[in-house]
Amino acid sequence: MTAQALVFLVLAFISIASAILMITRANPVKSAIFLIINFLALSILYLTLSAQFIAIIQVLVYAGAIMVLFVFVIMLLNLQDEKKLSDKLDLRRLFALLLVVFVFAEIAFGLGKSLDSRFLRQAENSVEIGKIEFIGEKLFSIYILPFEITSLILIVAIVGAITLAKRKFE
Amino acid sequence: MIPLSWYLLLSLILFAIGVLGVLIRRNAIVIFMCIELMLNSVNLALVGFSSYIGNEIGQMLVFFVMVVAAAEVSVGLAIVIAIFRNRLTVNIDEINLLKW
Repeated sequence: MTAQALVFLVLAFISIASAILMITRANPVKSAIFLIINFLALSILYLTLSAQFIAIIQVLVYAGAIMVLFVFVIMLLNLQDEKKLSDKLDLRRLFALLLVVFVFAEIAFGLGKSLDSRFLRQAENSVEIGKIEFIGEKLFSIYILPFEITSLILIVAIVGAITLAKRKFE
Repeated sequence: MIPLSWYLLLSLILFAIGVLGVLIRRNAIVIFMCIELMLNSVNLALVGFSSYIGNEIGQMLVFFVMVVAAAEVSVGLAIVIAIFRNRLTVNIDEINLLKW
């Protein structure tokens, strides 16, 4: 087993374990902390894929901005622990589990059929692609229209969030 | 060098965990977190494809997915706050005004 495979397996274990712990904790703050651990593990996985810019953005935007917002709202609402999480398996949960197994099997079947012996190693220019220089150049030339629409989405989100969270319309 | 299928399998496992979380949890905020987990698993698959095929489209898509995720979280949490102000709960079983 090479060093790369070892790094991948450790990171995969951390991310899967933290994801499972996230959906099984009754306290929302603990869920948020396990989600942050998951995001950090994913960010290092992006580095192993030589996507440096995406790795930094993952830490800045997800682990930084979005999770701070989550924790802020959880603290603001002062939520109690969710009850009935460790109850006996009711019919709804059993059905949910069945559905997830079905989704997993369906996608795994499609993957197994489509890439049996392709994509065994990264492309030669993968390091070049991940650099912020390359991404910035593409972002401001070919992808300039989606980039500008992004600013529109953010403006609409800001206005919408303020309007929704406001106490009353004047 | 590890093959792309390992990354895709990890992405699939994380996506399935996210779906399971959305289906079994009743707290609206935790459901939002599970949606974030699913978005991240798809991001991992996109970056993997981008790096193994050797073009930049996957990483551009991840960039825009992150922007949309940030907008979605801010609006979604504002909705949660508005609901909590009216009903004093974020349990989605008790928010049943639109159910019939």
